[in-house]
Amino acid sequence: MRKSLLIVSLVLGLAAIAAAQNGTVLLNAAGATFPYPIYSKWFDVYHTAHPNVQINYQSIGSGGGIRQLQAGTVDFGASDGPMTDEQLGQSKFKILHFPTVLGAVVPTYNIVGVSGELNFTQKALAGIYLGTITKWDDPEIAKANAGVKLPNADIVVVHRSDGSGTTYIWTDFLAKVSEDWKKKVGNAATSVNWPAGLGGKGNEGVTGLVKQTPNSIGYIELIYAVQNNIPYGKVQNAAGNFVKADLAGVTAAAAADAKNIPEDFRVSITNAPGPKVYPISSFTWLLIPAQIQDAAKREAIKDFLKWMLVEGQKYNEGLTYAQLPKEVIARETKAISLIQ
Amino acid sequence: MSAAATTIAHEVPPQAGPRAFLRRLRGGDEIAHLITLTFAALILLITSMLVYELWANSHLSRAKFGWMFFWTRVWDPNFDNFGAAPFIYGTLVTSAVALCLAVPLGLASAIFLSELAPRKVSDVISFLIDLLAAVPSVIYGLLGIFIVVPVMRTTIGPALIHTLGNVPYIGALFHGPNYGVGFLTAGIVLAIMVVPFIISVSREVLLTVPREQREAALAMGATRWESTWKVVVPWARTGIMGSVFLALARALGETMAVTMVIGNAPTIAASLLSPGDTIASTIASQFTEATGDLYLSSLIELGLVLFLITFILNGLARILIVATGRGGGRPA
Repeated sequence: MRKSLLIVSLVLGLAAIAAAQNGTVLLNAAGATFPYPIYSKWFDVYHTAHPNVQINYQSIGSGGGIRQLQAGTVDFGASDGPMTDEQLGQSKFKILHFPTVLGAVVPTYNIVGVSGELNFTQKALAGIYLGTITKWDDPEIAKANAGVKLPNADIVVVHRSDGSGTTYIWTDFLAKVSEDWKKKVGNAATSVNWPAGLGGKGNEGVTGLVKQTPNSIGYIELIYAVQNNIPYGKVQNAAGNFVKADLAGVTAAAAADAKNIPEDFRVSITNAPGPKVYPISSFTWLLIPAQIQDAAKREAIKDFLKWMLVEGQKYNEGLTYAQLPKEVIARETKAISLIQ
Repeated sequence: MSAAATTIAHEVPPQAGPRAFLRRLRGGDEIAHLITLTFAALILLITSMLVYELWANSHLSRAKFGWMFFWTRVWDPNFDNFGAAPFIYGTLVTSAVALCLAVPLGLASAIFLSELAPRKVSDVISFLIDLLAAVPSVIYGLLGIFIVVPVMRTTIGPALIHTLGNVPYIGALFHGPNYGVGFLTAGIVLAIMVVPFIISVSREVLLTVPREQREAALAMGATRWESTWKVVVPWARTGIMGSVFLALARALGETMAVTMVIGNAPTIAASLLSPGDTIASTIASQFTEATGDLYLSSLIELGLVLFLITFILNGLARILIVATGRGGGRPA
């Protein structure tokens, strides 16, 4: 018993010494699930190029990422929504936001007898999700879809049942375009008190319910829709144009607002101005402590951020994430020096 | 506990060396006593620590909502207003539906397998049933979403609305829009999940009923069915009840399978076809992204409520067993 303990501790000790001698930097991170595919790709490629840096990322959700970062159990976090002033106030140390990639949310639907692409006005989407527009042939939907024969059927609204960055982006958009939504349901949040509809778990749950339920509408991530060939509708942007979501339109949304992005990068880019902008887009962020005591970890994180902004962005489109616009990359590169 | 301590102190010689220790080890009794006692105490410790953690971490929510938490029908993370009523309702309704379907089915299967089927057939079938009990719940959820939900929406739901829906009183259970997802669908999927537990445990218990009991009944002129229903089943009653509570516990705490087929809308509606939500499915869905402190605290209080429900139901079950213990069968 004692002998085996001794052996175990010896082995562990040796392993620790070996790790220290190699100068391996182990970084632990946790947070958002939406950017997980691109993050794991980045961390893997970065590790191949820099064998002495290993980053473990747990995609436990934005809320968990923020809490673990505040508790100091991870070296950095990741979130689909920027931290609120209240959350930043609760933290014992300063936290910096670094946008990494862009994502978008699209409406998907299943209407009996309608196979074409539908246009959704901002009012229509808000009304449907508020439960004030209940029929598919409602004038607010019909006027944007001349020539499409919409049935006089009840709309079955589908939303996410789990807390999610996707819901955050979707409700952020609805709260911006509809006063009623803001009053009744509130601002952007990872989960809200839905006035109408059914809940599905995850993108796959929402897609499954929409596919199975006649005359239903749901919202899913663009990346999920593209990868699984799920048809989705066009959404009216701030300029009044109906735009079908694609990666260029999402990057355009970020570029359009680049001048208005605040110093700390905590910004919502839903309903951004510009004729080509897709209006339901958002950044996702890495959350990095402004002060990192461990010099090796600090340098590793800074170097990774620099790499992510240049090399890393090249991997985005292969995984259907939109690239950051040039203006944002330039500003982020400057902001890296704030990490001390 | 003190009795154990005195026994051991008693046996230990004043100069207890390694040799004395070894001798007692060979004897085994005290050691076994000590080890089993420790493990039994460990269960108590784990349970009390669980309750303590749930209690302590739900502090914020308890302080803000108090008893209102049980009646409030709103779950609004955006405006920090939380109530458990729809989830408590959903948990109780889906579990009740599941038991209503699973108990007759499970008990009948168990009786057939233990009393009527040839031993070889019985062994093969119960092997398969044990396999069913080991299937992960997400598989049942997929089964639910791809098979049960469409059938509910296109066939069973409309059929129920047009038949039972017109019967006075019962009709309230089967009306309104039928999405395919809801309390009834969740109950059906839960029933499929828990039925293997009932069959497997009940069969084992029925098989332990002594042969003499059956022979005596037959000798008294009872038919085979009479001997089964009036002698064998009452004898095994406690064990059968045990299997039902095991099934109930699984139904109450199920997350994945339920969340995939219940519709996840926190509503309280009489209609079984209406979408709803349960405590366990809500915790599983929302815990990871719960950013606010009060939000998290309320989710933990939901866990506490689920623990309380399980505790109360188990207590009632014990009382039921004791109360019905005087109707013949094995002396408890």
